[in-house]
Amino acid sequence: MQSELKTHLLRALAKNVRYDGRKLLEYRPITVEYGISGSAEGSARVRIGGTEVLVGVKMETNKPYPDTPDQGNLMVNAELLALSNPAFESGPPGEQATEIARVVDRAIRESKSIDVHKLVIKPGEKVWGVSIDICTINDEGNLQDAACLAVLAALQDTKMPKLTEDLEVDYDAEKTKEGLPLTREPVEVTVIKVGDQFFVDALSDEEKAIEARLTVAVTEKGTVCALQKGGDAPLSPEEVDKMIDIAQKLAPTLRKAL
Amino acid sequence: MSYTKRLDGRGFEELRPMSAKVGIIPRADGSAMFQIGKTMAYCAVYGPRELHPKFLQNPETGIIRVNYNMMPFSGHGERVRPGGGRRSKEISMVMRNALLPVLDLKDYPNSVVDIFVELPQTDAGTRCAALCAASMALADAGIEMKDMVTAVATGRVEDKIVVDLNYYEDSHEDGADFPIALLPNSGKVTLMQMDGEMTKEQINECVKKAKEACKKIYEVQKAALKERFRSK
Repeated sequence: MQSELKTHLLRALAKNVRYDGRKLLEYRPITVEYGISGSAEGSARVRIGGTEVLVGVKMETNKPYPDTPDQGNLMVNAELLALSNPAFESGPPGEQATEIARVVDRAIRESKSIDVHKLVIKPGEKVWGVSIDICTINDEGNLQDAACLAVLAALQDTKMPKLTEDLEVDYDAEKTKEGLPLTREPVEVTVIKVGDQFFVDALSDEEKAIEARLTVAVTEKGTVCALQKGGDAPLSPEEVDKMIDIAQKLAPTLRKAL
Repeated sequence: MSYTKRLDGRGFEELRPMSAKVGIIPRADGSAMFQIGKTMAYCAVYGPRELHPKFLQNPETGIIRVNYNMMPFSGHGERVRPGGGRRSKEISMVMRNALLPVLDLKDYPNSVVDIFVELPQTDAGTRCAALCAASMALADAGIEMKDMVTAVATGRVEDKIVVDLNYYEDSHEDGADFPIALLPNSGKVTLMQMDGEMTKEQINECVKKAKEACKKIYEVQKAALKERFRSK
């Protein structure tokens, strides 16, 4: 079954067509909606074709980590909800959910998208904690790129809550107009390799045939701030170079949807 | 004390604005969204499908599983830790019992119908919104039903009986929260929980008012289902 699928897919790719009629290096239509959850301090919905992801940001006050007393905390979590794909089950995050969360986390953290030094309330004692939760609603492929874009959109949507006198979050009060200290805008492009073909924005059926993939987080300056190779096939340095090229060229298409 | 005016200015029997949409999750066999005020529930139905683990299988009939979950960012206040706790376990169970009476899965032995409910934002009345969404999603999945399931939270705030409590009414210190699920055609009750203190007369008044409210909810559900099949 898998090999038949792959043969079929490769034959189509060689003619520069996809199951849904797209070109190899073309994304499905991308839409971004902001403020989809009033309970969160920031939220967004991203649709890439039929794939739909929600992201919510909760702001909390935390004790800083002992090794970073002058920095706020950042946490990214992904839930591959059982409602979004017949193959997903309820329960603790599996490999795929963990990978999606960690790869987005690295893009945000390593590009220093959030200036965590500005998230200090009382040095060494109290800092802001930014909790980012990714929830999948409908999985028709390429959750990774959708998740990263939705996280960026939700961070842009975030408004800081007010603090009480004893420096706890006052969730009953209206939020302030102040946003998060955002400095960068990384987006992730996952480039797929099957046979000798490269393409992006895989559909669920195409994902089953993936040999190797490279998720490239690209900043608005075109620099790369996170990488993740997936799949069990090796990649040559030339192939990696080509895949990064593709990601850098396509990153603006994703950013344009913001 | 007398509760003379509701915190959000509604009439005592007035529901918050509702909206509903069927078929929101293409991967699912049936799906629906139900929103009342700021409380919003997404539901996806998968099945009837093979049930694993096998020891749960019933050769006499198909079974249903309900999974109620609040998204981590959907709560009032702090982040809700994912994974669910005692509360979501209990709600899932009472929801299962609230839905079962309208279903007959004898034609699907050893199978399961999975019902997943997720809430992206909440403002009280979540189990009721979840049931309203679930019953539409079951209908959308083409699963035979004897009736729809409609649900609303009633309760007491100080001296007044109120319908469709919001978060601040629900957490009012002198009050009671009384979620009720009703089958709109037979009038039977399939979910009933209450916390707080009420007289028997007040309980009866709540049930009466829930019945009126559920009629309105049923209309919203029917309209959303009709819309779905018009656009197909």
